Amino acid sequence: MNARARRAFTYTVFVAPALIFFTLIIVVPFLRAILFSFQDWNGISPVIGWAGWDNYRNIVRDSGFYRSFAFTAKYVIATTILLNVFAFLLAMLLNMPLKSRNVLRTAFFMPYVIGSVIIGFIWQFIITQLFPDIGEATQWSLFLKNWLSLPDYAFWALVLVTVWHSVGYYMIVYLAALQGVPSDLLEAAEIDGAGRWRQLYNVIFPLIRPAMTINLFLAISNGFKAFDLNFALTEGGPFGTTESIALHIYLDAFTKNLFTYGAAKAVLFFFILATISIVQVGTMKRREVEL
Amino acid sequence: MLLVEIVMIVVAILFFVPIYMTVINGLKTYGEVVTSTMALPDVFQFQNYAIVWNQLNFLGVFMNSIIITVFSVSGILLISSMAAYQLVRRPGWLSNVIFLAILSALVIPFQTMMIPLVKVAKDLGIINTIYGIIIMYWGFGIPLALFLYHGFIKSIPRELEEAASIDGSGPFGIFFRILLPLLSPITTTVAILHTLWIWNDFLLPLITLSSPANRTIPLAAAVYFGQYTNEWHLGMAALTLAIVPVMIFFLFMQRYIIQGITAGAVKG
Repeated sequence: MNARARRAFTYTVFVAPALIFFTLIIVVPFLRAILFSFQDWNGISPVIGWAGWDNYRNIVRDSGFYRSFAFTAKYVIATTILLNVFAFLLAMLLNMPLKSRNVLRTAFFMPYVIGSVIIGFIWQFIITQLFPDIGEATQWSLFLKNWLSLPDYAFWALVLVTVWHSVGYYMIVYLAALQGVPSDLLEAAEIDGAGRWRQLYNVIFPLIRPAMTINLFLAISNGFKAFDLNFALTEGGPFGTTESIALHIYLDAFTKNLFTYGAAKAVLFFFILATISIVQVGTMKRREVEL
Repeated sequence: MLLVEIVMIVVAILFFVPIYMTVINGLKTYGEVVTSTMALPDVFQFQNYAIVWNQLNFLGVFMNSIIITVFSVSGILLISSMAAYQLVRRPGWLSNVIFLAILSALVIPFQTMMIPLVKVAKDLGIINTIYGIIIMYWGFGIPLALFLYHGFIKSIPRELEEAASIDGSGPFGIFFRILLPLLSPITTTVAILHTLWIWNDFLLPLITLSSPANRTIPLAAAVYFGQYTNEWHLGMAALTLAIVPVMIFFLFMQRYIIQGITAGAVKG
């Protein structure tokens, strides 16, 4: 074998496995999803029919899809804001020279390593068993209500659990960024007469913008993809009011046997999420500053 | 400063109530759970664990989770690092196209591919098998892993590899003996990110592993909870069993986990 052929051989041996599994597991199903979205099939019957644009036309009139989309959008907004606010606050506080800060950082991060399904069941227990006890003891009406059977409360239950579960992850990202803010810059700002809020707005925020870009991106895309917690905590209830898009698509495809209709929704979901992500990261990247 | 410290400790304790409740109620009788959720049990009911251990087939389920996680993650590490090595060291239009194509898959949500994936897996004959789900994790894990390896290898000077090449090492020797040890920081990051994801993943096992013998911990816990709704004492014992392995993993690896998450997030 000459040198050229040998180089081509090496290249193929090293790159081919990644390319093969990527194609088989991602490219083929993705293209097939697009194909499915124009077909009519229940996932079982031997013949796959054609639907043209019918699936997409039906989505426009599907109130269940709108409801799950509206829920998901509301959920994404609430969790993105709360996760980032609380994570940033925690990071600021745990960036101070506290004696227990290492233990505290670990403590706030810990829930994140547990899977969301398990977290969902734990909180189902807390909300249905502990909350009424607290309600009885304190007579606070907030805890006397059955959270999982009232739409608004069920929504906030999901938000609360999401924030509890993931705030530590976002905190770690903010902490890493805060540790990169040079203290002499803050001292210089202080000497120039900048108060705490000014330092925050004019020095800290611009310098940690990359972390904000990442955290907002993660919160938005994780929010849109929410499934596990939804499945375990509320099962989409009461009356489908907390059915995330991901859960909605799953139920269509795998419990209602609307295989191709679900695929059309999934393709639409991809376009929506990709557009939002690209716009968000694009606008925020332009506003980042290099040190 | 002391006030902040005290407030933060109180907040952290409140933050931990859900975990405390899970452990404590898994050690009670059903009656105790219902009458006083917060109180400690009169007698620790360790037999709850024995019951759940058997009903859940915990050992089998645990082994499934271990096998799936270990083989999925090591496959992802090997396949991605090998591909990244050649894609970085042999730049050109082909490498660019391959890299960008794989990278762009990061914006596709899993839910978009999951419906046809079940069909594709059926056609390939890998549905409802342990090795089948491992292969699927290889596919889904490659984009992020390749991206992280790609960035890291670009920052490594190629002198060492060239020296080894002059000494007569072939590409496999250079990769496995010279480059792979240099990659260990990024390998740790990739391994941790993918271990947490695969260990805790629920949706892929749910749609591709239907037989009880193949279930992973999250899937088995979900099925168990569905069957024994309201038997809270057993439910909490089951959840405690489910979180113990990942807690132990976390306590031993926490330094690397936090570093890995930081590195992964900043680059991702």
